[in-house]
Amino acid sequence: MHATIKHFFVITYLLASFFLTLSHASIETYQFDNPQQEADYKELIFELRCLVCQNQNLADSNAGLAKDLREQVHKLLVEDKASKQDVIDYMVARYGEFVLYKPPVESHTLLLWAGPLLFLVIGLIALLRFINAQKNAPDEPLDPNLKN
Amino acid sequence: MMPSENTGLFATLAIPEVGHFALILSLSFAFVLASVPLYGVRQNHQPFMQIAKTAAIGQFGFMGLAFACLIYSFLMDDFSVSYVAANSNTELPIIYKISATWGAHEGSLLLWGWVLAGWTLAAAFLSKPLPENLRATMLSVLGMVAIGFTLFLLITSNPFERMSEIPEQGRSLNPLLQDIGLAIHPPMLYLGYVGMAVSFAFAVAVLLHGEFKMAWAHWAKQFTLVAWAFLTLGIALGSWWAYYELGWGGWWFWDPVENASLLPWIIATALIHSLGVTAKRGIFQSWTILLAILAFGLSLLGAFLVRSGVLTSVHAFASDPSRGVFILIFLVVAVGLSLWLYSIKAAEVHQRKRFVMVSKESLLLLNNVVLVAMMATVLLGTIYPLILDALGIAKLSVGAPYFNTVIVPLTIPLALAMGLGFAANWIEDQPQSLLQRLWLPLVISALIALLIPLLLLPSVEGWAIIGLFMAAWIASTALMWLIRARPQSLPNSMQTFGASLAHIGFAVTITGITMTSIYSIEKDIRMEIGESYSVDDYRFEFLGVKQQEVANYLTSKGEVKVYENGQLINTLYPEKRLYLSQTMPMTEAGIDAGLSRDLFVALGEQLTDTAWSMRVQYKPFIRWIWLGAILMALGAFLAIWQSRMRTSNTSPQSTKRKESLPAGKKLTETA
Amino acid sequence: MKKQLIPLGIFAILIAFLGIGLTLNPKDVPSPLIGKQAPTLELQQLKFNKSFNTHDLLGEPWVLNIWASWCTSCRQEHKLFNQLAKQYSVTLVGLNFKDQEDYAKQWLKELGNPYKLVLHDPEGKSGIDWGVYGVPETFVIDHLGVIRHKFTGPVTKELIETTLVPLLEQIKQEQNL
Repeated sequence: MHATIKHFFVITYLLASFFLTLSHASIETYQFDNPQQEADYKELIFELRCLVCQNQNLADSNAGLAKDLREQVHKLLVEDKASKQDVIDYMVARYGEFVLYKPPVESHTLLLWAGPLLFLVIGLIALLRFINAQKNAPDEPLDPNLKN
Repeated sequence: MMPSENTGLFATLAIPEVGHFALILSLSFAFVLASVPLYGVRQNHQPFMQIAKTAAIGQFGFMGLAFACLIYSFLMDDFSVSYVAANSNTELPIIYKISATWGAHEGSLLLWGWVLAGWTLAAAFLSKPLPENLRATMLSVLGMVAIGFTLFLLITSNPFERMSEIPEQGRSLNPLLQDIGLAIHPPMLYLGYVGMAVSFAFAVAVLLHGEFKMAWAHWAKQFTLVAWAFLTLGIALGSWWAYYELGWGGWWFWDPVENASLLPWIIATALIHSLGVTAKRGIFQSWTILLAILAFGLSLLGAFLVRSGVLTSVHAFASDPSRGVFILIFLVVAVGLSLWLYSIKAAEVHQRKRFVMVSKESLLLLNNVVLVAMMATVLLGTIYPLILDALGIAKLSVGAPYFNTVIVPLTIPLALAMGLGFAANWIEDQPQSLLQRLWLPLVISALIALLIPLLLLPSVEGWAIIGLFMAAWIASTALMWLIRARPQSLPNSMQTFGASLAHIGFAVTITGITMTSIYSIEKDIRMEIGESYSVDDYRFEFLGVKQQEVANYLTSKGEVKVYENGQLINTLYPEKRLYLSQTMPMTEAGIDAGLSRDLFVALGEQLTDTAWSMRVQYKPFIRWIWLGAILMALGAFLAIWQSRMRTSNTSPQSTKRKESLPAGKKLTETA
Repeated sequence: MKKQLIPLGIFAILIAFLGIGLTLNPKDVPSPLIGKQAPTLELQQLKFNKSFNTHDLLGEPWVLNIWASWCTSCRQEHKLFNQLAKQYSVTLVGLNFKDQEDYAKQWLKELGNPYKLVLHDPEGKSGIDWGVYGVPETFVIDHLGVIRHKFTGPVTKELIETTLVPLLEQIKQEQNL
């Protein structure tokens, strides 16, 4: 039971500190050469994951790693004149695909990206088949007593 | 602890044990509830069926007593109870001691259990339209669900567990959690999630009985509407809280736990409409039952995702795989058995009546298809990382950028179907006349969608036009439907008005989401004292930062004057607080709230003696997101009001109503 | 009847995945650097005022252990590294990460120094190239300069026995070939 209690406190403390990283606005006043760079920066920190956090992107996190990575993204964009894709490739090369909140479209993510449309299409096909089958169903007029 | 004459001490000695014992008693009532009425149905023995009501009362009473005991332990600062020690503190204000009760796993589960008992009680006493045996079966199923939850509590998550070493002071509650919005958020959610258990139990009972009458669907719809309304409010509360508390204007993050609350909400929406068709036309029984099982199943899945540690989330409670195993087994038994029962018995309750491609029936079904596709999309994205990991293929993240990309397009067919559905006739309609009926909403929506961005908004964006069109389309078709309905009496009109209002609320939310997603402006800037920064018609003047010492925190309080077109409209005080119990500072944003826009200022870091970094945001129409949710919930509550009056005036057969109307007056067919 | 079994079928698949999920660790992130050349490290050494370059260690396998004096779990694993250094001949390189020189030196004095050399990276700039996101982390690099394994979090006795030592043995074999 002693271990359980310790476990408890550790987890609670961890959770509490993660909650707090949520509420601390990490505001850096970066300068950019042009609006495109700034837009790329904002998109990148929205799409890149903070690996030490409990599911936060670089924009929302105040963790040390997140700060470092934001700085690196800025450096790559402004100093190294990298494109948005360059920065993504850079991060993936070092941290793996896990760092991307927007998974790349590859063979193992085909189901993910095609899924939504697939669901809709399958649903529509099933719907059409079902409605066609109702043509032969018995007729019954509406019950006038019932409100809609 | 040594017993003494001190009654206070005795109370703390005994109360948690009383609570624990009350839980056990509640479990025994659940056992009775789960078995005796079912036996009564089998033997056609009415008194046994009636025992369900007594058992429901007993269950509710003792679960409530357990909950009261836990609250008492919190109020008395009884740190011998490990749950209290882990979640409370003597310096916590009373109201937050109470809300701390459901702030972590064990206590929130206890709240689940009590809310379930409450819904069971409501289902027991507010179900006159249902035949005795169906009610008894339904309540027994609810009893079985209660057994599962209570066992879960007693075996893996006992909130009354004592500590061997009693700390002097409890763990301090996170200052983020000391907030009214966050305090009400879980109870609202649970009222919603757990309410789905009633339609679930109803669906299972219907399968067991092999019959699904229209009037029963009507009853089930009322209960589902109330649960849905609470779930809507719960989700909106969470979103609103995140916005004003977390410091940078986000209101939805597609976090797994957020998604877990959205999934049952989407299916419950589909369920309400499907129940409506079953009530009105006596068809879709099989589909309705499936949706009902799915809705509660998704609620349980949500509980699993939050408490098992299977997915990483900022919201997750302390994760424990053993709890995950329990919930998984519970899921398998509850949903697995029901789906198996469904595969055997659904055909028996299913009826077919003719309707054509262009009809209200098909359009409502289309609405269902899109909603289910949306649910499947959110579910897929949420567990995709898990799937790939389980198959050993890759370690992926799926987050907000993905969900935003795929969900938004799906709302278009949904909105279209809504409008068409409002206008269409039952059974059979002509495409031409349908479009004729819709020309006015079409024109209005097109005008709004094109003119507002052109004349009133800073730029014309494609998605703004689409979003505004959808919102206007839904609102105008809902209004048109309300007007055409020409209800005969106040109760009738309340239901129609409520339904119409709920859809208008949805349109309001869509407007808010569209506007704020597209036209928000966010700038991180460096400000010297005395410096101003302009966004649109607004000017933010930074007047400096004062250091203050308040109750249990130190604060750096900034002062920012806000001018609109040169006129001073507000002074905002964004803060950075360092709570004594925490190591990291917390941001309190300064918000100037308005119906048409929010102005948002957050304090960053001190850069020099006279300069600070700051985040300034302009968020147009963001309040509409939550106002829309309030309208949706309000509409749902109004929609059941009329029906309750109706069921109390009439018998389930509803033939008597014809006689109560003045002679010669024909009931107009409401569209 | 067949059509109505579909929901149950889908549900079963879902449950299977969730069940497997309970055995997995969602935060366990594999490194994409495994099998690739180790990024260059050019840092000052902690004790001696000398620089270091990863090239210096080509030709022999080595273990890079990233630690800091403010990291509590590093203490646990440090004992194991002390043991490892005694019982097994392997080049251990420590990398003091985002730490102050004085604290680091104090820490080593207190807990022992199993490292052949200790690198000092007060800003933590080397971390990004190695995909470091937490402390401690440990890399195994072979004689050709290729990263063979990454341990995220503290190494345990079990991990040393089941993974680290066997890997070093395997590299030794490859060297002899």
